Amino acid sequence: MMQSRNRWVWVVLGVLAVGVLASRCAPDRRTSRRATVSDVAAAAQKVYVAPGDLDEYYMFASGGHSGQVYVYGIPSMRHLVTIPVFTPYPATGYGFDDDSKAMLGSLTWGDAHHPALSETDGEYDGRWLFINDMNGRVARIDLRDFKTRQIFGPVPNVHGNHASSFVTPNTEYTMMASRFSIPLPEGTAVEIEKYATEYKGVVAALKVDPKTGEMSLGFQILMPPFDYDLGDAGKRVSDGWMFWTSYNTERATGKLEVTASQRDRDYIAAIDWRAAEKAAAAGQGDTIGGVKVLDPRRIPGLVYLMPCGKSPHGVDVSPDGKWIIGSGKLQGVTTAFNFEKIQTAIRNKDFTGEEDGIPVLRYEAIKEAEVPVGLGPLHTQFGPDGDAYTSLFVDSAIAKWKLGTWEVVDKVPMSYSIGHLSAAEGDSVSPDGKWLVGLNKLSHGRHLPVGPSQPESSQLVDITEEKMKLLLDAFTEPEPHYAQIIKADKLKPIEVYPKEENKHPLAIWDVKDAGVTRDGNNVLVKMIAVRSTLTPTSFEVRKGDVVKVAITNIEQTTDELHGFGLLGHNINIVVDPGETKTVTFTADKPGVFAYYCTNFCSALHQEMQGYLIVR
Amino acid sequence: MRALLERSNRFLDAPLDLGPRLLLVAAAVVLVAGIALFPLWSMTMFAPQYEEGLRLQIFSYKLEGGNQGQDINEINVLNHYIGMRDLVSDDFTEFKWLPFVGGALALLMLRAAVHGHAGHVLDVVVLFFYFGAFSLWSFGYRMWSYGHNLAPTASVKVEPFMPPMFGSKQLANFEVYSYPAAGTYLMVAAALLVVAALAAAWRQAGVRGQKET
Repeated sequence: MMQSRNRWVWVVLGVLAVGVLASRCAPDRRTSRRATVSDVAAAAQKVYVAPGDLDEYYMFASGGHSGQVYVYGIPSMRHLVTIPVFTPYPATGYGFDDDSKAMLGSLTWGDAHHPALSETDGEYDGRWLFINDMNGRVARIDLRDFKTRQIFGPVPNVHGNHASSFVTPNTEYTMMASRFSIPLPEGTAVEIEKYATEYKGVVAALKVDPKTGEMSLGFQILMPPFDYDLGDAGKRVSDGWMFWTSYNTERATGKLEVTASQRDRDYIAAIDWRAAEKAAAAGQGDTIGGVKVLDPRRIPGLVYLMPCGKSPHGVDVSPDGKWIIGSGKLQGVTTAFNFEKIQTAIRNKDFTGEEDGIPVLRYEAIKEAEVPVGLGPLHTQFGPDGDAYTSLFVDSAIAKWKLGTWEVVDKVPMSYSIGHLSAAEGDSVSPDGKWLVGLNKLSHGRHLPVGPSQPESSQLVDITEEKMKLLLDAFTEPEPHYAQIIKADKLKPIEVYPKEENKHPLAIWDVKDAGVTRDGNNVLVKMIAVRSTLTPTSFEVRKGDVVKVAITNIEQTTDELHGFGLLGHNINIVVDPGETKTVTFTADKPGVFAYYCTNFCSALHQEMQGYLIVR
Repeated sequence: MRALLERSNRFLDAPLDLGPRLLLVAAAVVLVAGIALFPLWSMTMFAPQYEEGLRLQIFSYKLEGGNQGQDINEINVLNHYIGMRDLVSDDFTEFKWLPFVGGALALLMLRAAVHGHAGHVLDVVVLFFYFGAFSLWSFGYRMWSYGHNLAPTASVKVEPFMPPMFGSKQLANFEVYSYPAAGTYLMVAAALLVVAALAAAWRQAGVRGQKET
């Protein structure tokens, strides 16, 4: 009896103990990062752009492996338009008409990472946007009409164009560097064991025509076989220099996540591009793959290596050009290098060694400060008044710190795993402050579930005050690496192509001139698109004819675009008001095929159609 | 009655003083300026899709669309759906005779100023008013024709209509405003100047008559 009572006591105590233990286990989820209610009202007012009102800034975001550029309005974070660059885009007919098809060439994808707005005196001038593609190419978008006007490359010798495109302060050059080293000239096969000695990295300076923006080859510099990651041009006091981060200075191969993470320091390469420009102009260097390549072993003074924290990702030059900010992504500190000290160390030959004949500067001699920003620091952007903002991938946060005093003053969490960040005019010599966008890699749980393929999350942060304030989550098209933000009033885009500017040899402006002419097997159709008819409304060709349709949209009215979709032929082009485009195809199937206006235009849009008859 | 006729005779033959002559020269200048430099009439059309408005200005010798001429094209594109003829300058015979007649009237004013007889001023006044009235009728008739001669094959059938000449009117999704413009006001000013010259001459004739008696 006693025993059974004791047993009951033990049972009750046991249950209680289990209960106590159970209540001590981990919480259901991490403390919520949702904003508090009072923040919501204030945040909502800041980001609300009323119907019909316009945003204050444009944000040009790279589209990563979608190959496009996406344009957002800030502060609303509304997606305004997609600019197709390296990938066909049926919505604007890009990659279907003869010209854009020829520009894309045989590549129908690109991996675009770093947009660079053209600059004058270190300020964004709103003329062009350059953007890289991993396939060794750089594209130029004209901001007068938001159209891709040039795709340059693949540039010889540059394998894996990740470190691109970065413009110099007067857009003299758009710079690129190789992520992958290869034996040169291209086409040479060398066994992987000889990687450290036979493979080469390359930095390329593409010359930009100051009037037209047209890119040409410029010159290149031969580099040790490191992986070059990101770059930034010096400005103001450091104008004339270019800085590049590199990893795998181990010159390792194989499982790089291990083999390339052995050294405690890798390098930022500092390049005196004006000296290189002079050397190239003086005829120095060798021609490899059709381009002038300078070898720093033979031309001293072009390149110096600055030791930086392990596997640095971003390098960013402060608005005054005095500080070069490098972050070792596998460490917890960001290093501020002093440009003046770099120059002194170069003068005093304060070197600790060399890599393939390139001097390595003594870290202690050039370092100004190590800022304990947090874990996994990647990129730094700037505000006015010496504010710096560094993205922390591992901490999933942004750290705000001060140039000069080097103290970290604030942190704001990001959801989740921030990569790049972009501040309003943040790469110029006079950043605006105001807005900062965190371009995050992971978004899970921040949006309605959409299946396994998830959008990226970009978050808007208010940086007008001492404390940063998270305002808004937006879900951007995949996948923004870097973005640049420019004041909206710096751009003056046209709304139609003025008729008098259309110099296309096949342009016609009167429906009386529309019609079909034949030259052997080649058939030319001059077509007019205007509300609400495609003239001619039908035409006949013979099987096997090569048919070129030249369509002029004779509208001069905003937003009156007309499409030409031809069924059964994989053709859809869109012609803007005042524009002429051509599309060429072989009529290889007999029969009757409808064509119609694909871009809604008018009340009688549905009637805007015709027939191709192939006999 | 007899006195009045005498005064009238005296008046018509009377040479003009400097004042009325200057008024006539001023009238000629104002008339030529109004016809050569300024639009006579202006029409503006608003619709939800056209918040900025489509603008049309009618000069004595041409049509001019707003937005660097583009608005005329837009008006024509829209009107073709209801089967209205395109507005093209070549269709307006007014653009040939209106500047010619205006110039001729200005010459008659200068002639009266040089010749200096009140009778000539009266001729000018009468011709000027006829010219003004005929021009207005002609303009109105043209508007009426555009609104009434609609192609029977039009994709959108509308009742024939009279566009507004003075004031505003709702036509389908468009609010149409139509008002005289600077050129017309200058023509009115020229008319007033000529009438003033005539009135001054009349008063002079009265004063002279009293002196003679």
